[in-house]
Amino acid sequence: MQLEKNIPIAAALAAATCALLGAPNAKAEESQEPWAIDTAILYYGETDRVSVVEGVLNASKDFGDEHIFNGKLVLDTLTGASASGAVAQPGVQSFTRPSGKGSYEVNGGETPLDDTFQDTRVQVSGQWTQPLWENTRGSSGLNFSKEYDYLSIGANGSIAKDFDRKNRTLSLGLSYQYDSIDPVGGAPVPFSNMLLRSNFDSDDGFDESFADTRQDGSQDKTTIDVLLGLTQTINKRMIMQLNYGLSVSDGYLNDPYKILSLVNEEGLTESLVYENRPDKRTKHNIYWQTKYAMDSSVIDVSYRFSTDDWDINSHTIDSRLRFNLSDTSYIQPHFRYYQQEAAEFYTPFLNSGDSLPTYASSDYRLGEMTAVTLGLKYGQILSNGHEWGVRLEYYQQSPKNSGFDAPGTLQNEDLYPSVKAVIAQLSYSF
Amino acid sequence: MNSKIMMNPSTQTSKHIPRKLSKPLVCLVLLQLSGCASIGVQPWERQLLAQDSMSLNSEAVEVGLDEHIYFSKEATSGGRAFAGGGCGCN
Repeated sequence: MQLEKNIPIAAALAAATCALLGAPNAKAEESQEPWAIDTAILYYGETDRVSVVEGVLNASKDFGDEHIFNGKLVLDTLTGASASGAVAQPGVQSFTRPSGKGSYEVNGGETPLDDTFQDTRVQVSGQWTQPLWENTRGSSGLNFSKEYDYLSIGANGSIAKDFDRKNRTLSLGLSYQYDSIDPVGGAPVPFSNMLLRSNFDSDDGFDESFADTRQDGSQDKTTIDVLLGLTQTINKRMIMQLNYGLSVSDGYLNDPYKILSLVNEEGLTESLVYENRPDKRTKHNIYWQTKYAMDSSVIDVSYRFSTDDWDINSHTIDSRLRFNLSDTSYIQPHFRYYQQEAAEFYTPFLNSGDSLPTYASSDYRLGEMTAVTLGLKYGQILSNGHEWGVRLEYYQQSPKNSGFDAPGTLQNEDLYPSVKAVIAQLSYSF
Repeated sequence: MNSKIMMNPSTQTSKHIPRKLSKPLVCLVLLQLSGCASIGVQPWERQLLAQDSMSLNSEAVEVGLDEHIYFSKEATSGGRAFAGGGCGCN
């Protein structure tokens, strides 16, 4: 493709992506359609835990005849503490950092948090969509995400066909994702003990034993997704979507930084071991969404049911009401409710008197919980056609006990602490 | 290897998944398809449906940010789009 000297970088990227995806020669320099750019910056902050700042640049362009390119760049940075999976104890606890270099202590009565998390992630993706033949569109895309200890690359393709005056659309999509995980300090051997430097006479002795608790090299996993979709226009005010999704993950599915406490009959921790999850997971999703246009507002309601072979069933209700204050401004309340059951191998702790199970994790994200999001957004269209918006949301996770009896002193500890977070976002589109 | 898994789901729990899914799936499909003869609009009746805010994919950036949060903090992901892999989020 011949490019003019002053062609914008975004157009050059689009042309490169088109070529990469095998799309027809898209003549960016001849198009009359402007780029549509969406930008946003988001802050997510949990009380006493993780905080994330994330920026997004999303660019799309119709090169004519519905030949559409979409590119997205995401940058995020994470700092703070994350629950390690160990239980609170009456006294001070010591933990070894994931790298094996150094340790940290947690006061009695406090949920152990690993405060060493600090990471920056960059994600780039490109998607090309075009008509294939009458009433049929094809779309393909690539995505790449990299952070210090994690690499993810993927490709997807889908086909959609319109029926009945474009009132009904059937779609089929496939996605393949490859993830490579290179944990700080190496991936722990499942159920190996977290060693403490204080139990060794020398650094060399500790380092040698620590190395024995680690697996060689990086770990990886693959995920294949199949997505079947049906979109139906109901009447001149209502549209619906129904999706079925199948997701099969295979490979390293552990969280290398999560541990479990082995406690005795008095509820006191005797040792700490690294978790072990199955290396396969098959998920099924059903997703239903409806949008309804009233004279000065739009209702958006969705429901998702998910089930998997880790025995995690979940229900999600998500709703937004966009209420127009004027021709150029709106407010939008948001409510989301999420409920999940515990994975079959989830346990908040292990009993030291029992033999080790095949799989176990005390990651609260695999336990029973409910979560609620409440938010409000304000948006305004400016006189030049650009649009800006701001939203503020509150998110609370409430983990539950799914039937575990806490021995001894653990009855006095909060084994299922709630997580509270605020979400703030500024967005600008032009 | 993955295609083999998809074609031959062999875990014990996967055997009852279709049964768990069948009721909501059948209900939703029936709901979706009931009265097919009378649903839909003519091209000239799309004034409201053509608004950006009525697009099923409106606010894609915001939804993408949200899905990244929930992907990191909850056990379930996907539904609206591919569940995928993507990050070692904490």
